[in-house]
Amino acid sequence: MAEKDTVPDMTDVTDFPETGSPQEEPNDAAGYYADGDPLIDKKAPTGPIDERWENRKFNARLAAPANRRNLSVIIVGTGLAGASAAATLGEAGYVVKSFCYQDSPRRAHSIAAQGGINAAKNYKGDGDSVHRLFYDTVKGGDYRSRESNVYRLAEVSRNIIDQCVAQGVPFAREYGGLLDNRSFGGVQVSRTFYARGQTGQQLLIGAYQAMERQVAAGTVETFTRHEMLELVMVDGRARGIIARDMVTGEIETHLADVVVLASGGYGNVYFLSTNAMGCNVTATWRAHRKGAYMANPCYTQIHPTCIPVSGEHQSKLTLMSESLRNDGRIWVPKKREDCDKDPRDIPEADRDYYLERIYPAFGNLVPRDIASRQAKNVCDEGRGVGPLVGDFRRGVYLDFAEAIARMGKDAVEEKYGNLFDMYARITGEDPYEVPMRIYPAVHYVMGGLWVDYDLQSTIPGLFVTGEANFSDHGANRLGASALMQGLGDGYFVLPNTVRDYLADGPFEKIDENHPAVVEARSAVEQRINALLTINGDRSVDSFHRELGHIMWEYCGMERTAEGLRKGIDLIRSLREEFWRNVKVLGSAESLNQSLEKAGRVADFLELGELMCVDSLHRRESCGGHFRAESQTEDGEALRDDENYSYVAAWEFTDEGALPVLHKEHLVYTAIEMKQRSYK
Amino acid sequence: MKVTLKIWRQPDAASKGAMHTYEVDDVSPDMSFLEMLDVLNERLNAQGEEPIAFDSDCREGICGMCGLMINGQAHGPEVTTTCQLHMRSFKDGDEITIEPWRADAFPVVKDLCVDRGAFDRIIQSGGYISVNTGAAPDAHAVPVPKDKADRAFDAATCISCGACVAACPNGSASLFVGAKVTHLGELPQGQAERDRRVVSMIGQHDHEGFGGCTNIGECTAACPKEIPLDVISRLNWDLHAALRHGK
Repeated sequence: MAEKDTVPDMTDVTDFPETGSPQEEPNDAAGYYADGDPLIDKKAPTGPIDERWENRKFNARLAAPANRRNLSVIIVGTGLAGASAAATLGEAGYVVKSFCYQDSPRRAHSIAAQGGINAAKNYKGDGDSVHRLFYDTVKGGDYRSRESNVYRLAEVSRNIIDQCVAQGVPFAREYGGLLDNRSFGGVQVSRTFYARGQTGQQLLIGAYQAMERQVAAGTVETFTRHEMLELVMVDGRARGIIARDMVTGEIETHLADVVVLASGGYGNVYFLSTNAMGCNVTATWRAHRKGAYMANPCYTQIHPTCIPVSGEHQSKLTLMSESLRNDGRIWVPKKREDCDKDPRDIPEADRDYYLERIYPAFGNLVPRDIASRQAKNVCDEGRGVGPLVGDFRRGVYLDFAEAIARMGKDAVEEKYGNLFDMYARITGEDPYEVPMRIYPAVHYVMGGLWVDYDLQSTIPGLFVTGEANFSDHGANRLGASALMQGLGDGYFVLPNTVRDYLADGPFEKIDENHPAVVEARSAVEQRINALLTINGDRSVDSFHRELGHIMWEYCGMERTAEGLRKGIDLIRSLREEFWRNVKVLGSAESLNQSLEKAGRVADFLELGELMCVDSLHRRESCGGHFRAESQTEDGEALRDDENYSYVAAWEFTDEGALPVLHKEHLVYTAIEMKQRSYK
Repeated sequence: MKVTLKIWRQPDAASKGAMHTYEVDDVSPDMSFLEMLDVLNERLNAQGEEPIAFDSDCREGICGMCGLMINGQAHGPEVTTTCQLHMRSFKDGDEITIEPWRADAFPVVKDLCVDRGAFDRIIQSGGYISVNTGAAPDAHAVPVPKDKADRAFDAATCISCGACVAACPNGSASLFVGAKVTHLGELPQGQAERDRRVVSMIGQHDHEGFGGCTNIGECTAACPKEIPLDVISRLNWDLHAALRHGK
């Protein structure tokens, strides 16, 4: 392998040109953070890109089957990443404890994914390949992801489909009995496997059943209605968690040789998002406070096709699969005065099919970030449609009239019937008769805990998978790639890399009386006690809603230095008020949903500030992060590779102290960086 | 609009519960049913009364976490999950009774929350295909006829919400078990364990305290995913075959 080793050694950062010093660009975030040492991925593989993962797997050390029952793993979260990892590590014979806050592992929010899962099978013979999926993903991520990780993801994508089919996942099939594929989310090949509009549920049931099989086999133990509230660290290693039994309120200590966080994304920092009500940042944020770096927290994906907000009571937003954009046409009136008219009365000449106009090559199928921002732009111009919420109409039409005329109503119903029904149920309008209204909503976060190539965080023994880590999607995730990453991490990557880490174990036995354990536990108890005794005037939800408004307004689809600074000030004062004025009733010793939410919102109030600081320091536009100061003449995102081609990994130092920025420089050897253009 | 709610409140599994009455004004027809309860909870919190505990998570009808008996019907008057029910299905002045799922095998945890752990244990008893990670052949190695794949899919759409059990006069989970047995039993991959699966799943079902099927059909009427009743026929057919095979 050494003779093929012609690419630079990625472990040596000095091989690469220094990126421009921040002084060349105005540093908007001066005073908000401190500079730290560059961050180097010590596990970064070398050699030709298509051999890196194979070599890493081969070099990962083994644990003999008899030793595995002495090695224990805690996995927090039971979505695709967590359940698949629990099943696979259980099958290998490790002792696995799996935690989820829901009443069953099968309810984790991966279940809500509609569209599909990508895999480079090239079953359609349309020119797809591992390299093309890799290329599309890096490009779609606006060249802010790590090349080796993405290549590995594209490689294992093929195994995922095989595994799921063997488990009985009922993917859509053609009449010949073979699997059907569709084109999805801004790519030009058909590589997306799907199970009608509920691919996420079907994949999760597959992983859940595989995990439950291991429960029966005695290798996996599940803890439902349990929430991780603290990470236990002993001698610099992650050795367990403190969790609350949400039914009895008991604070429990669970110790192990390895901790895996598969706890999902933090989109609920915006209050309204397509995430489930319970999705939260607590597991990863607690780990961050204990030393795990948080990477690129500002990279947020705003999904273009969600059902608009209908009023102040709104508790969450519902996404509709963007497959709708394959046949629906998006438009707004050309004239503001037409915005409250019945859309069917607006003649063609007075409609602005703005995506088709601006992006003739991709039209309505431009990537998510672009579709979302243009929707915001036309609404900001006062051409939005639907009810006034506040003093604004936040909606654009997604019109199937042309598709119904072309394909017939039956064909449209066959293809999109379930989505149309869902829309009708939520809005009370019939989308076969009246154009749907859609608006962007927070959907996914590309940011997350920093991990190396092995998916290990900066804390030894703490691994992070799925949406909870940052590694594969850069600044923007392509459609149908989240399911791929969750399962790729859980079934195929993590079991190999955790195995290597465990080859050093079992680690020194610790018990619940170890001072580090006692300290973690008492910190949790004190915090719960504090939340219950403030007894102020405002509900947890009212704080969460206000935080969400701040984040959406100042750290949403378009960000400016001035707005972000204002956002930071507002968050700081809201956080101060929270700890003085929140009202949480009930007791710690029983099911207490207000208390659960209070702990999560307290962490969101810290995360939100870091997201703003990260946004403020990154004075470029890339993927889902659009800085108004960095755009082309015609308003497109303008990347600044010279100054910002790095992963921003943030270190928590102390309460109230400045976060420290560590930069991991991104280097591409197998792909050429280009300015993304979909025109 | 304005509604009067009669809601089951119970501090924990060990305590006795009772119905409590609440009035909610300013209900918008566009609110979801659970958003209406959110509004009530905000008010209770402000008044110093502990909010009502109820389960929900995705609020888009797929995770199966929510589930309330509304006026005696599982998930209320529409064929959908509780979270997808909207207040436009009710009228101004309506009185609405809200209770938790009612079944011995689903004990109440608090207020409107129940413990559905029995469903997980039924899956553990055999609701899977035994294939270790990495042991799978190419996905196209075995074609599956589209009609079989579609039937498997229809059964696999079960979200494990438990409405079938709550609706059944006999507290049976036959629709839930039948859906899983049909999903896996329609596929070529599921054949090897077909006999064993049905026998152990039914054994676990009975062990958990669910009742037997009495052919009433309330389950399929209440199912938000419209799982057809014939999955129970399939369940019986498979059980009969397994017994004939001496399992």
